[in-house]
Amino acid sequence: MRRGAGPLRRARQDRMVGGVAAGLAERMGWDVTVVRCVFVMAALASGFGAAGYVLAWLLLPMTGESATIASKAMTDRRGIALAGALVSLLVVVLLIAPQLRAGYLDSIATPLLVTAAGIVLIWRNASEDEQGMIQHFAEPLIGLAEGRVKVRITLRLIIAFVLAALGIALFASAPAKGAPLQAVSGVLVVIAAIAVILGPWWLRLARDLVLERQARVRAEERADMAARVHDSVLQTLALIQRRAQDPQQVVALARAQERELRAWLFDGRAPGTLDSATTIAEGVRLIQQDVEAQHGIAVEVVTVGDCELDDDLSALLAAAREATVNAAKWSGAEVVSVFVEVEPEEVSVFVRDRGRGFDPGAVSSDRKGLAESVHARMCRRGGSARVRSAPGQGTEVSLTMPRSAANRSAANREPGRS
Amino acid sequence: MNMTGTATPRDPGLSGRTRPRVVIVDDHGLFRSGVRSELGDQVQVIGEAEDVQPAIELIAELLPDVVLLDVHLPGGGGQAVLAATKPVHPQVLFLALSASDAPEDVIAVIRAGARGYVTKTISGPELVAAVQRIAAGDAVFSPRLAGFVLDAFASGPAQDVGQPSFDPELDQLTPREREVLRLIARGYTYKEIARELFISVKTVETHVSSVLRKLQLSTRHQLTKWATERRLT
Repeated sequence: MRRGAGPLRRARQDRMVGGVAAGLAERMGWDVTVVRCVFVMAALASGFGAAGYVLAWLLLPMTGESATIASKAMTDRRGIALAGALVSLLVVVLLIAPQLRAGYLDSIATPLLVTAAGIVLIWRNASEDEQGMIQHFAEPLIGLAEGRVKVRITLRLIIAFVLAALGIALFASAPAKGAPLQAVSGVLVVIAAIAVILGPWWLRLARDLVLERQARVRAEERADMAARVHDSVLQTLALIQRRAQDPQQVVALARAQERELRAWLFDGRAPGTLDSATTIAEGVRLIQQDVEAQHGIAVEVVTVGDCELDDDLSALLAAAREATVNAAKWSGAEVVSVFVEVEPEEVSVFVRDRGRGFDPGAVSSDRKGLAESVHARMCRRGGSARVRSAPGQGTEVSLTMPRSAANRSAANREPGRS
Repeated sequence: MNMTGTATPRDPGLSGRTRPRVVIVDDHGLFRSGVRSELGDQVQVIGEAEDVQPAIELIAELLPDVVLLDVHLPGGGGQAVLAATKPVHPQVLFLALSASDAPEDVIAVIRAGARGYVTKTISGPELVAAVQRIAAGDAVFSPRLAGFVLDAFASGPAQDVGQPSFDPELDQLTPREREVLRLIARGYTYKEIARELFISVKTVETHVSSVLRKLQLSTRHQLTKWATERRLT
C-alpha cells in the first residue's frame, strides 16, 4: 500500500463518518479497517477515542478544501452558544451523577463533553454534503421519534416510567437530613418523567393554537382584500361596461383604476381608504366629490361634529362609500343623502336614497355589495350595519362604529371639536 | 324682533290653502326665472328684486306672504333685507335660499328672522311645499340646517351653566327635538319622521318651530363660538 504524500486530510471518497480514519490510513499507508477498529475500541475503552475523532473532524480540512470546520465554527456564535448550553447541561448531569451512585459517568465525563460540543459545532458548520452524511446517521433516530404513533407512545411510556421510578427511588432514599440535593434531583427527575409523557402533547397544543390563529388572520386578510378588490376593480369594471359607448370615459376610468391598483400593490396604499383625508368630515366630502363625478348623481352631505380618522373610522368611511356608490348605481334616485354624526362614544353614518328600493331578504348571497363590503367590514371592526329598504320606498343604510379610546382622547386634546 | 314659534301669519288657514303671494329676491336673473317657472301656478309670484335696497322697498310696497331670500346678496346680504323689514312688517315671512352653505351665514339669516332655510339644489315640488309650509306659519329645515343646529347645540349645556345669559329652556334641545333634527338631517320628510317616531305631522312641525325659536332667541354662547370656529376652518 502506497504511503500518501502531503498534509493530513480527511478523506472524501471512502469516508464512513467524517473521513478521519480513511484520511489517516491513506496518509500513513495503513489499512483503513484497522484504523477504524482502533478508533472504535479507543472510544469504547475511555471515551477519548470518540473525543479525539471529533476533534480531528473539526480541525482537519477535507481533501480539496482549505478551510476547517473549526474555522467556520469560530464565527458561528449561535453554534457556540448551543454547544455551551449542551455542555452546561451535561455538567449538571455529572454533578447529579454521584448522587445516583453512577461513578462510571465520571470517567467518561470529559470526552463526553468534548464530543457533544464538537458534534454540535460540526452539525451546524459542516458543508452541505457532510451534513447529508450526518443526517444519514441521524435518520434512524429521527425515524424512531417520528415513527408510528404506537411505537412512539410505548417508547415515551418506557422512558417516563424509568425516569419516574428513578426519581421516586432517589427521593425516597434521600436521608432525612443533610442531602437536599438528592431530594431535589429526585423531584426534578419525576418532573422530567411528566414532561416526557405530556411534553409532545403540550407542544402540539401550542402549535395548533399558533396555526389556528394564523389561519384566522389569513382568512380575515383575504376577506379584507376581497372587499377592497370589489370596491375598486370590480366597481370600475362594472362602470366600464355601462359606459362602453363612451371610449373617452372608459379610458379615464381604466387609467384611474390602474393608478389606484398600482398604489395599492406597490406603495401599500389601500384603495378605498381615503388617504388624503385626515378627518371624518373631509373623508365624507371626498366620497361626495368622487361619487358625484363618477356617477353623475347629487350627494347631499350633512355632517355633525368631526374627529380624526383612525383605522376603524377609515373602515367606516369605506363602508359609507360603498353604500353611497350602491345607491348611486342601483337606486335610480337623483339625490343621495349622507348624514354623519360624530358623538362622544360612536360615529354614525346614514346613507339614504328615495329610489326604487329592494327587498333585503331577496338579494342573492353572491351579490357582494352590501353583504360583504358593508356589513362584514363593519362587523370585523366592531361596528354594525343595518339596511332598511322596501321596493318603491327607497333605501337607508345605517352604519355605526364605536370610537376607540385613543380616538376619543385625541378629540379631547383638541377643544372645540366635539 | 318679537318673532316666536307661535307667531302666525295674517291668515294662516286662508293663505295655507290659497296660493301664497311670493316675492323672489336674488341677484341672479337666471335663477329668479328658474324658480318662477318651478313654482308654477301653485304659488303666486308677485315681484322680483335683485338687490338689497330695491328688495326692501318692494316688500314694503307689496307685503307678500313669503319672501324667497338669497343669503348672499350684494350690498349687505339677505340679513340686511331682514333687518330692515322685520321690525316694520313682522307679518312677512322669509325663507332663506343659498347655494353655498357657509354655516355662519345660514345661522345669521335664521337669527335675523328667517323662518326656514333650503339649498338652491332643492327640487321644484319640494320648494313649493316649503313655501306653503312657511306661509302656513311653520318652519322649514333643510337637512343641512338641521345638521348645523345639531352641531351648534351639540355639546352639553354644562359648559354654559353659570353664564348670566344661560336659560336652560332656550339654550338646549330636548331629546325629542334632537331626534327630529337627526331624522331631518338624514333626509326624512316630516311625514316620514312622524311615522318613524309615532307622532303626528303637526307634532313634528311643533318641534321644528320650537327649535327655530330657540335658534333665534337663544343667547347661547356656544352658538356664536361655533359659528366663529366654523368660519375659521
